[in-house]
Amino acid sequence: MATKASRSAARVMMAPAVILLLGWMLVPLIMTLWFSFRKYLPLRGGDLGFAGFDNYTRFVTSSAFWPAVQTTLVIVLGVLAITVVFGVLLALLLDQPMWGQGVVRILVIAPFFVMPTVSALVWKNMFMDPVNGLFAHLWRFFGADPVSWLSDASLPSIIMIVSWQWLPFATLILLTAVQSLDSEQLEAAEMDGAPKLKRFFYIILPHLSRAMTVVILIQTIFLLAIFAEIFVTTGGAFGTRTLSYLIFQRVLESQNVGLGSAGGVYAIILANIVAIFLMRIVGKNLDA
Amino acid sequence: MGQIQLKQVTKSFGETQVIPPLDLTIQDGEFTVFVGPSGCGKSTLLRLIAGLEDITTGHIEIDGKDATDLVPAKRGLAMVFQSYALYPHMSVRKNIAFPLKMAKLDPAEINRRVEGAASVLNLTDYLDRRPGQLSGGQRQRVAIGRAIVREPAAFLFDEPLSNLDAALRVGMRMEISELHKKLDTTMIYVTHDQVEAMTMADKIVVLQAGVIEQVGSPLELYRAPRNTFVAGFIGSPKMNLIEGAAATEHGAHTIGIRPEHIDVVEDGGTWQGTVGVAEHLGSDTFFHIHNTGLAETITVRAIGDVSLTHGDTIHLNPRLDEMHKFGADGLRL
Repeated sequence: MATKASRSAARVMMAPAVILLLGWMLVPLIMTLWFSFRKYLPLRGGDLGFAGFDNYTRFVTSSAFWPAVQTTLVIVLGVLAITVVFGVLLALLLDQPMWGQGVVRILVIAPFFVMPTVSALVWKNMFMDPVNGLFAHLWRFFGADPVSWLSDASLPSIIMIVSWQWLPFATLILLTAVQSLDSEQLEAAEMDGAPKLKRFFYIILPHLSRAMTVVILIQTIFLLAIFAEIFVTTGGAFGTRTLSYLIFQRVLESQNVGLGSAGGVYAIILANIVAIFLMRIVGKNLDA
Repeated sequence: MGQIQLKQVTKSFGETQVIPPLDLTIQDGEFTVFVGPSGCGKSTLLRLIAGLEDITTGHIEIDGKDATDLVPAKRGLAMVFQSYALYPHMSVRKNIAFPLKMAKLDPAEINRRVEGAASVLNLTDYLDRRPGQLSGGQRQRVAIGRAIVREPAAFLFDEPLSNLDAALRVGMRMEISELHKKLDTTMIYVTHDQVEAMTMADKIVVLQAGVIEQVGSPLELYRAPRNTFVAGFIGSPKMNLIEGAAATEHGAHTIGIRPEHIDVVEDGGTWQGTVGVAEHLGSDTFFHIHNTGLAETITVRAIGDVSLTHGDTIHLNPRLDEMHKFGADGLRL
């Protein structure tokens, strides 16, 4: 049906959206690239001309770089492990017929709707506060000394907060996957003599592998960029400075836009490497 | 060995009783077919025997031993599901080997049995493929292969051919019948297709609403249906059931006459009517006849190609010795 005229009309009508999206993406990207090659210190003289690759070498040779990479990886992997493992368990639990299933499912999804800033503040002030937090009360109830979570166990605390936020997402995706499993397959396995645990490992888990890959892919992309949770809890102290937080500090706290932009370019490259890597896994999984 | 006995078995889902007390014995080596319209409880009955559903009251004995509370795996029965229920992430070889692996058999023995089953079922070339790469008939064979490697006391088939196209269904029907002759193991086969039941069974169990209407060999059911339900269900095309004056004439509430037992005559038959639809198959011709004053439609099968078409008047002579008579309660007189 597509005549020449209708095709060009379609192009014209799509143009505003395409231009807007391209602009939205390209302008910041080009500006970041531009600034990353400039020596730009807003409070100390402004734009001081081209710096070549100075910003790039300074960013990676700084003593804060490798610890930040390590912190990022620990947080991403920790959250992924917790959300996938508990997501599978919760999905299996929610799949069981029970009273009030609909309400329980909505409650489980609820944390996902809470803004990161809000949830981090709630955790920081209501649970993890060493004096008034619920955990402190619990510890004291059992006669133990309250833990100052965000300073003594800063990374585990942040992993816990972020996991709490992302667990519903993982659970939701995995629950739909669990529900799509053909019940005759489980019955066949039961007839074949596989007890419950073996049915889980031989039938359910392989069936969930595709959904798990999707969960890991999507979460990784978002988790590489977590910021609010760190900003409102530790402010990057106590070894919780991730790559994205380091970039933020370089730009706003050190007022060095060039250096921060170089870090931003590194982050773009890193995210793309992860994306390509994960797309390949997903592609492989989707072929099978 | 594979004798299965159901004693006063009932099944209720909540308040609704889907299977009222039921007794049934399936002899060792018998090919038994459960047949009935959809929702008649035939699949439920099979699942009770398999152990996938718990029976509400009564006992199930397999080879004389009480199996009522045994888990499915311990009953020594193998099941072929309607959807085949193959494990999509495993190769054909692993699918067939799965029950043996679960039974912790020696790998060499597993291999021997898998190869054996594969050669019986013509699957040797496909052992390393995934189920997704196989055709419907091949998947069906893999499912059967997974059942036979266990060397079970009995096979349970739950409408295994309903997902295949007509041509393949005829072929698989033969293969399953041949497999039964080769293995000589008890088989219980659930279907809603009475043709499958007639062609494959040693013994047919006709079910309606959880109640056994009749048990017998295919020809017993064909020749002497116990009631109007069995009479109408077994046989294709369906038996003509006629009520009213024509029936009282023969001293019955309902008379039944099969399409193949009514002769088309040139003139002066007992009954006459107008041809509604004539289905010319070459070898046979099926006439659907209206305006006979007997029933809404009378179906007649004539041998060969009879050249009568829509709107023609047709004269019929029922063979009185092949007529079935039923009382007001539906039972055979």
